[in-house]
Amino acid sequence: MFNIDINKTLHGSNGEMNLEVKCNIKEGEFVAISGKSGSGKTTLLRILAGLEIAEGNMSMNDVFWLAQGKALAVQKRNIGFVFQDYALFENMTVEENLLFVNNDLNFANELLKLTELTSLKKQLPKMLSGGQKQRVALCRALMNRPKLLLLDEPLSALDANMRLKLQNEILKLHKAFGTTTIMVSHDSSEIYRMASRVLVLENGTIVNDGTPKEVMMKDKHNLEGELLELDEQGFATVLVGQQLIEIKYSKEEATHLKIGQLLSLSSHKML
Amino acid sequence: MLETLKTLDLTPFLLSFKLAGITTLILFILSLPLAWYLSQTKSKTKPFIEALTALPIVLPPSVLGFYILIVFAEVDLNFTFTGLVIASCFYSLPFMVQPLQGGFEGLNKNMLEASYLAGKSKIVTLFRVALPNIRPALLTALIITFAHTVGEFGVILMIGGSISGETKVASIAIYEMVEIMDYTMAHIYSGIMLLISFVVLLSVYIFNHTQKKIGGFN
Repeated sequence: MFNIDINKTLHGSNGEMNLEVKCNIKEGEFVAISGKSGSGKTTLLRILAGLEIAEGNMSMNDVFWLAQGKALAVQKRNIGFVFQDYALFENMTVEENLLFVNNDLNFANELLKLTELTSLKKQLPKMLSGGQKQRVALCRALMNRPKLLLLDEPLSALDANMRLKLQNEILKLHKAFGTTTIMVSHDSSEIYRMASRVLVLENGTIVNDGTPKEVMMKDKHNLEGELLELDEQGFATVLVGQQLIEIKYSKEEATHLKIGQLLSLSSHKML
Repeated sequence: MLETLKTLDLTPFLLSFKLAGITTLILFILSLPLAWYLSQTKSKTKPFIEALTALPIVLPPSVLGFYILIVFAEVDLNFTFTGLVIASCFYSLPFMVQPLQGGFEGLNKNMLEASYLAGKSKIVTLFRVALPNIRPALLTALIITFAHTVGEFGVILMIGGSISGETKVASIAIYEMVEIMDYTMAHIYSGIMLLISFVVLLSVYIFNHTQKKIGGFN
C-alpha cells in the first residue's frame, strides 16, 4: 500500500496554486493521473519520486518516504521512472544504460528480448527512434525490479500506431513484474485501455477518483467538442475527440458562438 | 639564421609547458567539484562564488600579482617554480571553472535524476553520467586553461622574476629579448608562440565542430 498525503505551494503561470493530494494506492494497481496542463500532474509524480520536496506524509508498505519534513533519499526508494523525454544516458549504449542501473546481464537481456530491442543493444541512444528510446527507457526503469513504476506521459511524443503497441508492452511488463504503476496521461483512450483507476487533478486537488469508465463516461446523450469553424451556409464544424462533426445552426445561435469555444452537443440541439 | 635556430634555447618553452601542464592538472582536480557544485546549487551564495572565480578575468594581472607577491613574501614562495604554479592556478581558474560549469548546466536534468533514481550517488553520477556527456566543454576547459597559462605574463613578471630554468618562461624570455633589443630572437620566440597558440585553438574548434556535426554529445 502506497499512502500519500502531501501538499506543496506551486508558483505556476496562473499564479500560486496549492497542490494538495491525499490518496491510497494498492499494490499492483495501475493508476492514471489525468488533468489539464498546469494542474500539477508532473509535479505530483516528481514529489512521489522524491525529486521535489513537499510537506506532509508518504509511506510505501509502512516505510516512511516523507514524514515531519524529512524525506527518504531518491536513491533509496527503488523507483522506476520514465521521463517524458526518456532521458537516456547519451554516453552509454542501450545495454550499458540498463546495466548502469543494475549489473544483471541476464535480466537486461530478458527485458531487451521482451521489448524486441536485442538487435539494438550495442547502439547509442542518439541512433534510436522515439519509440525505441521509449522502450529502452522503460526497460531501464525496470532494471532494479521496482515496486513502484512512475511514467510521465511516456507515449505523448509518439504516433498513434507506436502508442498502441507500446501501451500493450507497458501493460505486459506491469503485469509480468507485478509493479504498482502510476502514469501521467491526458489521452482518454490510453487511460481507458491501461489504467484500473484514474485520478483527475484540477488546480492541484483530486476532483475525481474512480475506474476509467466511471470517471470518463459523460452523460450518454451529451458530447463535448471544440468549435472550429462557422460557415455562411449555417454549418458549424466541431471537433469531438478526433472526429470532425458538422452541425446546422441558426442565426440566433450564431451570435453566442465563438471559434475555439467548448460546446456541449446533445443529440437534438446545440448549446 | 640556421645557426641561430640550432643554438635556440628551448628551456623557456619547456618551462612554459611544464607550468601550464601542472596548472591544468591541479585546476581540473580543484575545479571539477566547484563547477559541479555551482551548476547544481540553488544557494544564495552562488553569485558570490561565481564573481570570485571570475575576478582574474577582470583584474589587471599586476593587481593579482601584487597581492600574491605580498602573501608569497610571508611564505617565501616568490621567484620559485612552485610559486608560479600557485599563482597560475589563481590566474587561470575561471578558464577551467566556467566551461565546466556551462557544460554541466547544459545537461538534461532528467538524465541526472534518472541516475539518482537508479540509486546512484552524486559522485557516481558526476563521473559516469555528467562528465562523459560534456566532452566538448571538458576539452575546451582543459585546452583553454593550458593555453591561457602558457600566455601568462604579468603575474609571472611580478612574482617570478627571470631565473633561467626556474621561472623564466617563454613570455618573459621574449620580453627580455626585446628589452636588450635582440629582435631576431624575439621574432623567433614570438613566431613559435603564435604558431603553437593558433594550432591549439584551431584543434579545439575543429573538434567541437565535428562533435556538433555528427550530433555528438551536447
